Amino acid sequence: MKLRILTIVPILALLLLVGGCASTPGEGSAGDGASTGGFGSGDGATTAGAVEGGSWTGSALDDPASPLSTRVIHFDFDVSEIRADYRDVVIAHGEYLAANPTVTVTVEGHTDERGSREYNVGLGERRANAVKRLMLAQGAFETQIVTVSYGEERPLALGSDEAAWAQNRRAEILY
Amino acid sequence: MKTDKVMKKIILFILLSCWYLQAEAALTIEITEGAEGSLPVAVVPFGWEGSGTGPGQQIARIISEDLQRSGRFKTLPVADMLARPHAGSEVEFRDWKVLGMENLVVGKVQPHGTGGYLVRFQLFDVYKGEQLTGYNIPATERDLRATAHHIADIIYEKLTGQRGAFATRIAYVISSGDTADNRKISLIVADADGYNPQTIVSSKDPLMSPAWSPDGRKLAYVSFEKGRPAVYVQEVFTGRRQKVAAYKGINGAPAWSPDGRKLALTLSKDGNPEIYVLNVGTRDLKRLTNHYAIDTEPAWSPDGRSLVFTSDRGGKPQIYRVPASGGKVKRLTYEGDYNARASYSPDGRLLTMVTRQGRAYRIGVLDLESGGLQVLSEGQLDESPSFAPNGSMVIYATKSRAKAELAAVSVDGRVRQRLALQEGDVREPVWSPYTRSNRREP
Repeated sequence: MKLRILTIVPILALLLLVGGCASTPGEGSAGDGASTGGFGSGDGATTAGAVEGGSWTGSALDDPASPLSTRVIHFDFDVSEIRADYRDVVIAHGEYLAANPTVTVTVEGHTDERGSREYNVGLGERRANAVKRLMLAQGAFETQIVTVSYGEERPLALGSDEAAWAQNRRAEILY
Repeated sequence: MKTDKVMKKIILFILLSCWYLQAEAALTIEITEGAEGSLPVAVVPFGWEGSGTGPGQQIARIISEDLQRSGRFKTLPVADMLARPHAGSEVEFRDWKVLGMENLVVGKVQPHGTGGYLVRFQLFDVYKGEQLTGYNIPATERDLRATAHHIADIIYEKLTGQRGAFATRIAYVISSGDTADNRKISLIVADADGYNPQTIVSSKDPLMSPAWSPDGRKLAYVSFEKGRPAVYVQEVFTGRRQKVAAYKGINGAPAWSPDGRKLALTLSKDGNPEIYVLNVGTRDLKRLTNHYAIDTEPAWSPDGRSLVFTSDRGGKPQIYRVPASGGKVKRLTYEGDYNARASYSPDGRLLTMVTRQGRAYRIGVLDLESGGLQVLSEGQLDESPSFAPNGSMVIYATKSRAKAELAAVSVDGRVRQRLALQEGDVREPVWSPYTRSNRREP
């Protein structure tokens, strides 16, 4: 059983990082403008010069040296404030959104597995909102940022130890 | 009364007859703790008056396992029986007194109608030498297991004075698959003993928080299948479903009102998680809480007059109560710094919840009158407790050996059992209410 779980981890991690909620089409539900308009997880990548020339001259999003390449923000236990070591990353994303008002982003909030599930959905939302607020403070528009909380339902690391939990307490920024 | 000590680690595997091997995802039930003072009872393999082998042994085994599983009974192994009577006229009470049996169940099955059966059983008090009850119950091939559970319910009620809950069902969420491609999350409905598991929804995205309607015919649940959460109500038997909440933000934690007309929900459409009450018929939506903290996990009192919910308005998650019509919120838990996901016992006197003990998350029961909190489970990551409809047991999710499983514990904490699925992580068990098919008398 353990072996099986170990093999899932990298696959799951990849799926979460790369795929995210890319499969989500534009939402058709009633009256919330924020969540409509296609999440466009492809937007950042397809507009980039990387497709043509293999360089990132067109978009800082594809520059591995840019803080924008960091898309996972980790949190301390039972906390939704953004850690000092991640503030610059979130600020950079906020500035990028402010400079590119057609770009939209989904911020997913996640928690570790401890405690009750629906309460964790609440905690995950708080984390996603903390990221969103800091982005808005950089001049990004409300309509550019959709938040979704998965609570503990989509762990990055399987396992029930502090190392796995630390990885799972996170917000993911998905372009 | 036998002087058996607490029978730690006695493992009782539910035998899988060939007949039921096709139920591949069946739960394996192990009783990990026994209890002193359990009542000795013998269930003799039922006779069969038709040709071939017949279902008599199977029925007696299901009855015997139900009784054993409740923790209230200690059943006699068939191999230890000195006789195998099938009717009262064949019973020598001496044979059973010698073995220390206080009660005896005998019965037989006859062919009845086309492809049907007539199941007859009698329950005896061995010491008085009297019949306590007995019935003839017609059954079809399909409902033989259910018939056996009904018989177990009748015996349980006769001997304990409490209504049985063997013929009820459970719903739970199971996550399986070891690659991104075959990852599957399913909502399952099964008999209370884990047999006959049936998938009613499955998705590559999370499914959460199943909740039975009071008539046991519908399940409300949360699905992330559209990339964000929405609450659905699905008819268990037809599979028909409707989306009842898909607002911006959180749509979660559905809970049916006792009259089945309303759903309490957690929505964050107005900024942060609050408790709302949705009238399912009229779609009228009413907000019940108003606080910048997380308010979630509503559960109705059995009289429908109030709801309990989890809130961290005091800094840490605790259980609060609010009148169903809205109004003043009252804090109910003060012990410890983490109490969440409460739900009422059927008689409204207890709340079961997740409570943190040191670093461990366990299942607790709060006596609403005395305010005393009793911890029932022993795991590190226990969650999602749900009362049986007769209030005798609490089913919950636990983690052992890195695998999520279901477990059940008697409300007094004396009898604990694991329900181990063969594949996948099992979580969020919810015990069904009694339904119309739970005949009290056949």
